[in-house]
Amino acid sequence: MNSIESIKKEFNTNVLEVSTSHNETYLTVKKELIVKMCDYIYHHLNLPIVCIFATDERKIDGSFKIHYVFSEVKDDAFIILRISIDEENPKYPSITNKIASANWYEREIQDMFGLVPQGHPDPRRLMNFEDWPAGVHPLRKDFDIKTKPPRVDGEYIYRRVEGEGVYEIPVGPVHAGVIEPGHFRFSVAGEPIINLEIRHFYTHKGVEKLFENISIDKAVFLAERISGDNSVAHAVTFCQAMEKIAGLNIPPRANHIRTILLELERIYNHIADIAGIATDVAFSFGAAHANKLKEDVLQLNERVTGSRLLRGMNTIGGVRRDIGGRKDEILLSLSIIQRDFRKLMEHLSSTPSLMDRIETTGRIYNDIAKGLHVVGPVGRASGIDRDMRRGHPYAAYKEFNFKVIVSKAGDVHARTIVRADEVCESVGLIEQALWSLPEGDLRVKVDKIPDGHALGICEAPRGETIYWIRTSGNKIERCKVRDPSFCNWLSIEYAVLDNIVPDFPIINKSLSLSYSGNDM
Amino acid sequence: MTVEDEIEIMGQRLNDKIRNIFGRSLHIREVDAGSCNACEVEVNALSNPIYDIERFGLHIVASPRHADMLLVTGPVTRNMELALLKTYNATPSPKLVAAMGSCACNGGIFGDTYASCGGVDKIIPVDVYIPGCPPRPQAVIFGLMVALDKLEQKIRKKEV
Repeated sequence: MNSIESIKKEFNTNVLEVSTSHNETYLTVKKELIVKMCDYIYHHLNLPIVCIFATDERKIDGSFKIHYVFSEVKDDAFIILRISIDEENPKYPSITNKIASANWYEREIQDMFGLVPQGHPDPRRLMNFEDWPAGVHPLRKDFDIKTKPPRVDGEYIYRRVEGEGVYEIPVGPVHAGVIEPGHFRFSVAGEPIINLEIRHFYTHKGVEKLFENISIDKAVFLAERISGDNSVAHAVTFCQAMEKIAGLNIPPRANHIRTILLELERIYNHIADIAGIATDVAFSFGAAHANKLKEDVLQLNERVTGSRLLRGMNTIGGVRRDIGGRKDEILLSLSIIQRDFRKLMEHLSSTPSLMDRIETTGRIYNDIAKGLHVVGPVGRASGIDRDMRRGHPYAAYKEFNFKVIVSKAGDVHARTIVRADEVCESVGLIEQALWSLPEGDLRVKVDKIPDGHALGICEAPRGETIYWIRTSGNKIERCKVRDPSFCNWLSIEYAVLDNIVPDFPIINKSLSLSYSGNDM
Repeated sequence: MTVEDEIEIMGQRLNDKIRNIFGRSLHIREVDAGSCNACEVEVNALSNPIYDIERFGLHIVASPRHADMLLVTGPVTRNMELALLKTYNATPSPKLVAAMGSCACNGGIFGDTYASCGGVDKIIPVDVYIPGCPPRPQAVIFGLMVALDKLEQKIRKKEV
């Protein structure tokens, strides 16, 4: 019996409507039952919840909808529960007490749509700061994007830790290093951290609202600018969702090129993270080497695509430019980069002053990682054997051999090793894709996108990236973006516990979190 | 010409200008006012062994109180507006402000919306604009030279 049948059997008459499109099954259910059903699917069927989002469908049937997306890797399928909420009574039961990873999604929906999760353990604001007026919700359809709501008085209340010798260290939003803005509030007793609270969304740029207000051909460029160092992953995920809606089969050559671009992006991101870890333990020699290797990849990117961050290559229906003519150059550069990278990793792992700082530091235990649905290399370093390239295969990944690297230790060292091994796997993938590069077109022409909705999913360097798009009249009606950092940020509050303050930067770097992708 | 040669030539010109105007070095504080982090990738690249801007007398500092110049990225989000203003006020005069990237120049693709102010110059005075999405490291170095020329003009006119 598959999962859908199990759910139908368990809840038979309570499932009001079932519809299927592509590999997505939508089950409309009563909102009173949502906690029980999510609990059943999550704990009994063991499917992770990968995204929760709302839509404003008041124009269609006078109600808001909330979607709970579960991923079933076994059949490459998605199960989506859908509840309906009236405008007059904008409340629904919170599932956060049962499923911890729902925490931020429900707070996000509260800020953006004004739908209140009842029984949520932490109902504070998330994206709209306290100076945002009450009752104004940007993603509602009657909110104009150009509105500039006045600032009101209000204060964010941090959790307080009190006791003898306990003091607070506030950090940010403007940091000492060249990184993105966000606030960290440490409570420490001596050197060890006894509590950390993160306060983000300083870089909230209204991306989801913007998608609804720009033309479809411009939207790819916006997707590339959600998290700059994951440009390709976001663009590919966006395009895949659109192509699913339009029922397009993109040419095999384009799929191979996309795979190459995605892996080039993974290589420079992973090397950058290793460079950051070396920098933060003050191992300048290693950092300089790693940064040089990263620069080598960026320059290769520029020679091959014209953009150091691989921007402007993807488009709905395929890719814009061919890179097949650069095959030998890519292979040669990558072999040199891989040789130097291996040497660097040998050097790093034989440097006691570095190993001493990263072993057992910043541990995320498997149960915490599972509970928060930590994704990507961070999750894999904590024993979660999950990779979208294998679980929900896209582009040309089905055709290639690669290993999914998993480690159990969950510390900074494990995350470093997982990334280092993934770099080598990525080089292997690029080689396979180049050797078997099929002849043919680069893109299929798309004139108009039909009305419809679909999910796109992709394994970005940071982990699974999800888009859910609904189109109507050749325009985007709703675009939900879920960056991997949105899942991973909360894990830092656990990773730093009992570690000393000077180890915080290393832990932060090893989690490689995007602020912009998280805040949007 | 390789990237290394390009940087060598531009760097020497930059170094001469810095020596001429500031004596020894130019201290920069980078402020992310809501960028997508692509600009940060390129600012970080400036310190890698290929560009290594420190050898030309350029130093990225940890506090605005140590800075001669703010290098601001991002369209300035509503949530970063106050933090940017406070950072600007904490920077000692005479100071320069460079808006780096298309978003910082005029809001870029994020424009002027409920969440974005639509450019750095809506919030603080800007001396030089460095367009690009993101600007290449070479473009940033060029932009810094333009900023230094501007400061020299200001000094001549006794504006600062």
